[in-house]
Amino acid sequence: MEEKKTCLYDSHIALGANMSPFGGFIMPIQYSSIEDEHRAVRNAAGMFDVSHMGEILVSGKDSERFVNHIFTNDISVLPHGGVMYGMMLREDGGTVDDLMVYRQFPGDSSEYLLVVNAANIGKDFAWLLENASDYQVKLENVSDNWGEIAIQGPDSQSIVTSFPEFAEAASEKFYTFRNFTYDSEPVIVSRTGYTGEDGFEIYASPRLTLLFWNKLLEMGVKPCGLGCRDTLRFEAALPLYGHELGDDICPIEAGLGIFVKTDKTEFIGREAALKMRTEGPKRKLVGVELLDRAIPRSGYAVLDTEGRQVGEVTTGYRSITLDRSLCMAYVDASFSALDTPLQIAVRKKVFPAKVVKKRFYTPKYKK
Amino acid sequence: MAKLVEGLKYSESHEWVKVEGDLALIGITDYAQHALGNITYVDMPSEGDEVNAGEEFGAVESTKIASDLFSPVSGVVAEINSALEDAPELINGDAYANWIIKVKMSDPAELDKLLDAAGYEAVCK
Repeated sequence: MEEKKTCLYDSHIALGANMSPFGGFIMPIQYSSIEDEHRAVRNAAGMFDVSHMGEILVSGKDSERFVNHIFTNDISVLPHGGVMYGMMLREDGGTVDDLMVYRQFPGDSSEYLLVVNAANIGKDFAWLLENASDYQVKLENVSDNWGEIAIQGPDSQSIVTSFPEFAEAASEKFYTFRNFTYDSEPVIVSRTGYTGEDGFEIYASPRLTLLFWNKLLEMGVKPCGLGCRDTLRFEAALPLYGHELGDDICPIEAGLGIFVKTDKTEFIGREAALKMRTEGPKRKLVGVELLDRAIPRSGYAVLDTEGRQVGEVTTGYRSITLDRSLCMAYVDASFSALDTPLQIAVRKKVFPAKVVKKRFYTPKYKK
Repeated sequence: MAKLVEGLKYSESHEWVKVEGDLALIGITDYAQHALGNITYVDMPSEGDEVNAGEEFGAVESTKIASDLFSPVSGVVAEINSALEDAPELINGDAYANWIIKVKMSDPAELDKLLDAAGYEAVCK
């Protein structure tokens, strides 16, 4: 398959980025080095091209009821200008995708913007259409109309508000957004991100996205690639679809039950999620520290102290912030308690490991 | 431009060999360390392990990737560079000054199958 290019592709090439396919797009993995970009976001700020993310607009009379039907979180309590994280589930409790829902301000009828993973745009849109027959809603896949830049790190507020048009973004709290107009075009600035730091995501047309990107480069904001986006989200224990979540994984197993409101009267997958919540999941996502310099990577086997396989690594790194060999892994629930001794098979060797708190790095969001 | 050292032997899989008597010192090239980025771990065999030409004997890892190491020659591991256990980034500093293992060669004629600096430079293009 030919990968798509984002509206910032030419800039990535000009900046000498290392490019690689991701989610159907050809994306920058790094510009300088993953470590350098990672530290910039933790200590100052960095910016990411996340134009590959999918945007789906839900409007019409039944939009609130419909979104609540396909979404695990409860949007009836979501205010206009609010953002909510959650999942779309299959009937069997497996995860179609994890996504953010933005409640827009279009006068009297509610309108929702769903922001989904790039790799799942086609699957998600088909899923929504398939489940919309009993609802009066209009569904539009507007992914190609929107570019997106994420500005992340402790300095991100001063960077975003250096655009006079976006001065009011300073008053946004985490998981809220504002609508702005720039050059007569709509722009959404939300205080969201995927790094464990304070930060903003700017949604705009491809033309404006390129304009903002170039202005940010002129201001000296460091471009960062998907390489450090992954090391950053990993340290904050934020899940990545395809690793910690998937069609055969229920968010209850992933420790994301807080986003699954089984007390809501109805949504697809509710019964399966409620059953798992009541009975307790057979496997659980945990943090594991490998007690050596070796690096646990996705797919490596997790063993008990006798050498029997009890799980598998989903994401692992030598943590850049903490300089420890850490991973997230699914393990049999009986091995999920903190400090449980385990082992991890790394190629031909086996290293001692133990269960640790999964949130390796405490996020610094603006509450 | 990646650095090359004249007089060393090179493999197409980006290892270098320096011959000292019947010992082969094996490391990774400057091109390889640059492609990997900051090296965070070197997985080395144990002294006394057998290695075979063209076969995997360990790995070097950076944040983004684990890359297998292939032995350019056959023999027995005589010594590992234990300094790399705590300071794998030494390889980024100077890939040719920091060998990974020393192999007591069982078939020095295998050296003739390896590349010289000019031959290896062509592989990197």
